Amino acid sequence: MAGIPHDHYEPKTGFEQWLHRRLPIVSLAYDTLMIPTPKNLNWWWIWGIVLAFCLVLQIATGIVLAMHYTPHVDKAFASVEHIMRDVNGGYMLRYLHANGASLFFLAVYIHIFRGLFYGSYKSPREITWIVGILIFLAMMGTAFMGYVLPWGQMSFWGATVITGLFGAIPGIGEPIQTWLLGGPAVDNATLNRFFSLHYLLPFVIAALVAVHIWAFHTTGNNNPTGVEVRRGSKAEAEKDTLPFWPYFVMKDLFALSLILVIFFAIVGFMPNYLGHPDNYIEANPLATPAHIVPEWYFLPFYAILRAFTGDVWLVQLVQFITFGIVDAKFFGVIAMFGSIAVMAIVPWLDTSNVRSGQYRPMFRWWFYLLIIDFVVLMWVGAQPAEGIYTWISLIAAAYWFAYFLVILPLLGVIEKPTTPPATIEDDFNAHYGAKAHAAE
Amino acid sequence: MLRKIAITAASVLALSGVAFAAGGGEQHIEDVAFSFEGPFGKYDEHQLQRGLQVYTEVCSACHGMKFVPIRSLSDEGGPHLPEDQVRAYAKQFTAIDKETGEEREATPNDFFPKSSLSNAPDLSLMAKGRAGFHGPYGTGINQFLRGIGGPEYIVSILTGYTGHEVEQAGTTFYENTAFPGGLIAMNPPLSDDQVEYADGHEATVHHMAEDVAAFLMWAAEPKMMARKQVGFVAALFLGLLTVLLYLTNKRIWAPYKGKKQA
Repeated sequence: MAGIPHDHYEPKTGFEQWLHRRLPIVSLAYDTLMIPTPKNLNWWWIWGIVLAFCLVLQIATGIVLAMHYTPHVDKAFASVEHIMRDVNGGYMLRYLHANGASLFFLAVYIHIFRGLFYGSYKSPREITWIVGILIFLAMMGTAFMGYVLPWGQMSFWGATVITGLFGAIPGIGEPIQTWLLGGPAVDNATLNRFFSLHYLLPFVIAALVAVHIWAFHTTGNNNPTGVEVRRGSKAEAEKDTLPFWPYFVMKDLFALSLILVIFFAIVGFMPNYLGHPDNYIEANPLATPAHIVPEWYFLPFYAILRAFTGDVWLVQLVQFITFGIVDAKFFGVIAMFGSIAVMAIVPWLDTSNVRSGQYRPMFRWWFYLLIIDFVVLMWVGAQPAEGIYTWISLIAAAYWFAYFLVILPLLGVIEKPTTPPATIEDDFNAHYGAKAHAAE
Repeated sequence: MLRKIAITAASVLALSGVAFAAGGGEQHIEDVAFSFEGPFGKYDEHQLQRGLQVYTEVCSACHGMKFVPIRSLSDEGGPHLPEDQVRAYAKQFTAIDKETGEEREATPNDFFPKSSLSNAPDLSLMAKGRAGFHGPYGTGINQFLRGIGGPEYIVSILTGYTGHEVEQAGTTFYENTAFPGGLIAMNPPLSDDQVEYADGHEATVHHMAEDVAAFLMWAAEPKMMARKQVGFVAALFLGLLTVLLYLTNKRIWAPYKGKKQA
């Protein structure tokens, strides 16, 4: 791979040379594992490995669950109970899979906000960032369809509400909704195709993850200072970096192991804490639950969806100038997808030429406010859409868009950044003292 | 930095409890100290057997438990009845034979019957399906610290009748302090000494409610004890692994890191 100069794999034995000429697979593994990594990476850089672990965990548990699950409206709920009661270790498989989704999203949100703070999306890492957003979208699709499979009350009504969003698209909405559902309403055809797609999408994610890793192995990792690794020579690069193996593999595995202690405690002692109890009631198309609430990881975006009601002047204005084509419902759908789209184009919205938030005195505060905003959106997404909550969700949703569309472009112009260290080596030595290369 | 991560994780977890905030407000749920609460809590075999008796003699008149196989009554960690007793117990029900399509006497391999009353919900998973109140203020703290969940709800429903009756559109509703909305269609099912416990346990309404709630928790989550054990052992070994990885990591980085400066 291009990028930072480092040692490459040299086939030594006869067999290695024979294989290398035909398939340089050992070389690929070597270069991937030994990639020079900025030695000043902090603990926010461990979530990538947690995410990789989650993907493997979800695929491994999911494949076994699929062996025992029946995608039929009359049998799905009972087959999940069969897994919980009769399949050997089935209760662990299912709880690991359900809580694994929560860990997956917790990790992806921290990973995304880490990127937003340290400017990991900025040139030359735009492709890494956009592929990451695609992975996030695929994760949301997978999680949503997976939640439908147990065929509980929230499965059914969640599917009804979310596929109904597509029905809000003017003109072509209803045909699209029917096409997604495989009929006029959520039914057996829906369950079957969701099962099929829930099995397919994780492998799409796996492929995208490979591209994500390929992209950032080409550009090199970002790091807390946002200063690039020196690439003049191998000796120079070695002052700023250490190979991924063993230095970062061990660090990441340590963090992963600690996170898994907490994860297994949750799976073992309170596996239903993050789920909705209504999903232990079999789906009933005739009884609507009092409150239809998505899983916690969808709440911020669900809040944005509901924030723009017909009372908001902006919605009324848009409805007026589009001759009613964009009504409040469609506006909410656009806002929800737009809230992710603005994240995708952030490399071009952020005008600052300093990468890391550590050296941006004004940016930091707006960023911290964005985190609070995200948490507020998550909380308000679970509240009924009435009274004070509509105002809170409107303000919080507005800030989300303002951050990306107004604040980031303006900050680059008005902010006076402080000076980052000249090199990664300087940053590392400032923290740990100049003891580098003592091992050599 | 690790502390920061831990705080972030904890706040996200705490927040997610908010997801269940909806509803709940005016319901009164009593906290009951069940034997199966906490990381090492176990089902009390005798309590489950008493609960089964209450279920059989009272609840099953209207309610069913169609996801629970009768054979599981002999499971260790459950009511743990001798197999001949389970066989005898099964005989009181009938089942549709899968091969002949005809009705016959039930065997342990059959499931408990469905609800016989159309508006009586199935009780198989009631103890998990009614755990949806996460007080105070939707924070989930009660559930997290005191283990308040579905069984507490069941006890509160069974003991929460005030004695008031309201007639609406030809149906009688009973005022109940635990039921969402305060009016429930189920008439008060329990009265003192309604069942006669073989072990001489006093059959007050509250005792019977606790016993049947414990039984329904087992019916909803029969593998709870095994699950807690797996969780504990996994966390224990992963904890050991974490210590080893911490030391390994410290060791391999030592040549590059001096004393921390800032």
